[in-house]
Amino acid sequence: MSFGDWIGQLENWVFAVLAFGTLAGAILVVHSRNVIHAALGLVLTLGSLAGLFLLLGAEFVAWTLVMVYIGAVIVLFLFGIMITRAPLGYEIDLSHPTSVKVTAAIVAGSLFALIGWAFLDAFEAVEFAAVDGPTRTADIGISMFTNYVIPFEVMSFLLLAALIGGIVLARQDPEEADE
Amino acid sequence: MIVNQFLILGAAVFALGVYGVLSRRNAVMVLLSVELMLGAVNLNLVVFDRAFRDELAAGQIFSLFVIAIAAAEVGIGLAIILLIFRNRSSANVDELDLMKL
Repeated sequence: MSFGDWIGQLENWVFAVLAFGTLAGAILVVHSRNVIHAALGLVLTLGSLAGLFLLLGAEFVAWTLVMVYIGAVIVLFLFGIMITRAPLGYEIDLSHPTSVKVTAAIVAGSLFALIGWAFLDAFEAVEFAAVDGPTRTADIGISMFTNYVIPFEVMSFLLLAALIGGIVLARQDPEEADE
Repeated sequence: MIVNQFLILGAAVFALGVYGVLSRRNAVMVLLSVELMLGAVNLNLVVFDRAFRDELAAGQIFSLFVIAIAAAEVGIGLAIILLIFRNRSSANVDELDLMKL
């Protein structure tokens, strides 16, 4: 498929816009010198990812992503930023010095080259199989509570453990607070 | 739409997350970059689910699991960072060098 054919499809224009949003947000997260801007960059990235999921027809995952991440996780992050009194203005100390950054860029760049080469080699121009509409949420639910019910139960146990662990770690010892 | 355009985008976001984890100094920023990597993994799971038309929707179910685990991870991670900040009044990863000779 030539580039002209590719750009002629309307859904690829939508993809291009969402991909730009994803990458711009990701760059903001790793490069911003303002912590609040970095958190908002994550909102942009995850919002665009949710749009990509809608484009792929995975509606339930898209809305779960919006509710859990943009609704809850970002709020948690903003709380964390404010409690640890990370400087709210512009700040040079947020990243390591340039020498470390260069090493990190080399590692990340070679990782991207490796993964990208593997994908290009394996999937060349494979197109999506003709999909008949978005995945029904009922199908996901049925599959989750029949074939994948054990991973689901393990997940719920893990969430409970994380909840208790979070409370135990973050709460102030009452005796210590009295002193 | 071809499969590769989504996969390459996922690889790019994952690489940016790796860069963020390695280059950020503030622990909260490191956690934000980890979230980027988890998002890229989710994208790959959903893309493969749709590309291979999985009848059990396994890719989407496991991306839901990844979202849940990420939420738990943020909760625990921020609690640990809070504790470190309370004890050492700093949340910079390069100052946590007690185990270094």
